[in-house]
Amino acid sequence: MQPPDEERRNFCVACIYALWGAITAALGVPAAAYLLAPPRARQESDWVEAGEVARLPVGVPEEVVFRRIRRDGWRVVSEKASAWVIRRHDGSLTAFAPQCTHLGCAYQWDEHKQNFLCPCHASTFDLEGNVLSGPAPRALDRYAVRLEGGKLLLGPVRSSRSGAA
Amino acid sequence: MRRTFARLLGWLEHRVGLETAARKFLYEDVPASSGWPQVFGSVALFLFLVQAFTGLLLAFNYAPTPGDAYNSLQYIIREVTAGRLIRGLHHWGASMMIIVVVLHMTQVFLWGAYKKPREATWIVGVVLLLITLSYGLTGYLLPWDNRAYWGTVVTTQLVTKTPLIGPYLGRLLGTDGSIGVVTFTRFYALHVLLLPPLTTFLIALHVYLVRKHGVTPAPGDAAPRKKFFPEQVFKDTVAIFAAFAVLFLLAVVAEAPLERLADPTDTTYIPRPEWYFLFLFQLLKLFQGPLEVLASTVLPMAAVAVLFAVPFVDRTRLRRVTERTAALSLVALSGVAWTGLTVAAVVTTPRPTQGSASGGVSEWQALSPEELAGIGYFRRENCAACHSVGEGGAKIGPDLAHTAIRKDAAWMIAHFKNPAEVVPGSSMPPIQLSDAQLNALAAFLLQLTPRNARALISAPDFAVEGAMIYQANRCGACHIVNGVGMKVGPPLNGLRGRRSREWVRAHFVDPQKLSPGSIMPPYRFSPREMERITNYLMALP
Repeated sequence: MQPPDEERRNFCVACIYALWGAITAALGVPAAAYLLAPPRARQESDWVEAGEVARLPVGVPEEVVFRRIRRDGWRVVSEKASAWVIRRHDGSLTAFAPQCTHLGCAYQWDEHKQNFLCPCHASTFDLEGNVLSGPAPRALDRYAVRLEGGKLLLGPVRSSRSGAA
Repeated sequence: MRRTFARLLGWLEHRVGLETAARKFLYEDVPASSGWPQVFGSVALFLFLVQAFTGLLLAFNYAPTPGDAYNSLQYIIREVTAGRLIRGLHHWGASMMIIVVVLHMTQVFLWGAYKKPREATWIVGVVLLLITLSYGLTGYLLPWDNRAYWGTVVTTQLVTKTPLIGPYLGRLLGTDGSIGVVTFTRFYALHVLLLPPLTTFLIALHVYLVRKHGVTPAPGDAAPRKKFFPEQVFKDTVAIFAAFAVLFLLAVVAEAPLERLADPTDTTYIPRPEWYFLFLFQLLKLFQGPLEVLASTVLPMAAVAVLFAVPFVDRTRLRRVTERTAALSLVALSGVAWTGLTVAAVVTTPRPTQGSASGGVSEWQALSPEELAGIGYFRRENCAACHSVGEGGAKIGPDLAHTAIRKDAAWMIAHFKNPAEVVPGSSMPPIQLSDAQLNALAAFLLQLTPRNARALISAPDFAVEGAMIYQANRCGACHIVNGVGMKVGPPLNGLRGRRSREWVRAHFVDPQKLSPGSIMPPYRFSPREMERITNYLMALP
């Protein structure tokens, strides 16, 4: 049996730990959610028009520049964006997001070697977007593509990581 | 696990003396007579830390410029996870801090704990009180809504009226005649750059002085002293937890106010300061003309001077609280005066006009519901951030009431959807609203003229929100208002002459019960929606 003084002391200490624990949790959990959880109600931008399909060369990647609307935090911005579009012989279209999957540098089409070359760390990709060499961890990401009345429409970018490509 | 922890503590003790320091802090001797009345200082310190923490979190998503502040705050409230809670904690925490700091000072005053040798502790405390009030004053402007703008207009005007140094103070606050980017930035810098380090330093000094002189014992307290930990820490913790529970509940339940974007042309706005400054505001009404300076400067300065002088004026020996009749009556008198002035300020605040009580028809009452709802989208999209309306002025976009830029609805809607395409070089962002909402916005803009712009743009919120609900629920498919709509149901103009408010509410809930044979479907409005749409309909001419 503990003396009453000791018992009282233990009760006080237990309460101090419990109450501070509750306060820390009530502040810490929302703070973590605030900093780490993605913002709500973010509207994915709609499909954007990226030019006439007929103007694209067949079998050769073409860098297409278009304007799109993007929500940037509390702003809605209208900005320039680009895609590497390939119009294939069978009429199908592929549009690659213009960043290297390694560290996000802008890559270029190497006419001579017939592949995409990233100038930062020399990753190369083939016409299907697959990695040929270099540190890039996965194939190029692709835009969702749709054709409407001879016009090329680009949708959201799908990461090749998710297997959609 | 336990041993690893003990070893880690031992390592730290050896390098930085952590355990010794913690022990020294926790096992401080306190008088046997200290207890619950002495908890307020710890609660105030805790609330300051909560303010610092939530303020830091807000700063992660807040853009401190008049152009972006309001939008970024809306982003925090509407889109960021737990953003509303964090902002609520910061907003209500500010009020709570003022209450607790005043309670702490009152306790110290009543107990006579400022007496020799504790004068310096008291003085630092008074400075901390003034700093706490400065936080309130500077933070009030930062949401950049109407409440913030107009409240600060009044405060800064008062500051510039201070005899002799007024104009210099005004210039220091960046308010040369009006409030704009300079004032805003200076208030922000004061709020987040100057005041926090100053507070931290003064709190450290205050706590050091409290520790140096010890907690004031009650007169005749000869009992053996006890340790700060755990008994006093327990009491402090319970008080802190209670305060935090109230604060958390407030942040969850009561939404921190965010009104319309600051609008310097809004002539209908009734500016009011935060509740803890209402007494000063009311005091100002009692002294007019040449005597105004008494209420704006002399009396507040005198009050602060008296606070500073307290320990030097009262040099009597320490007595029990119950024997300190003079101190008790002074506190009671201040409490009564403060409450009286605050209540008077609240009671005399006119209510925003609801409808045309005087018989005349306001400009907004002549609009169709669609046009009136357009004002709501105009506000929601913060069009006024870049466009002036009938006031001229140097804003990025053109004045929308100016007839020279008048276009038709089709042009406007195409422009709303893709501004740069319709007006090459335009830096206006596209407006993301549904087609019906864009139609309403265009319909409103078509009604704007330089003559009616001011009246329309300040249409009361209840009417605008009511019209938005009316539009969203397609009431116009059956009813007619101001000549617009269909005649399936009865026209709604003059409704207030035919039906009571209660009847209208009950009719929304169950139309067939009150109008047998009616084809109107029941509407499940939230309490706020019900209030807004009913008020709107009852205000129709």
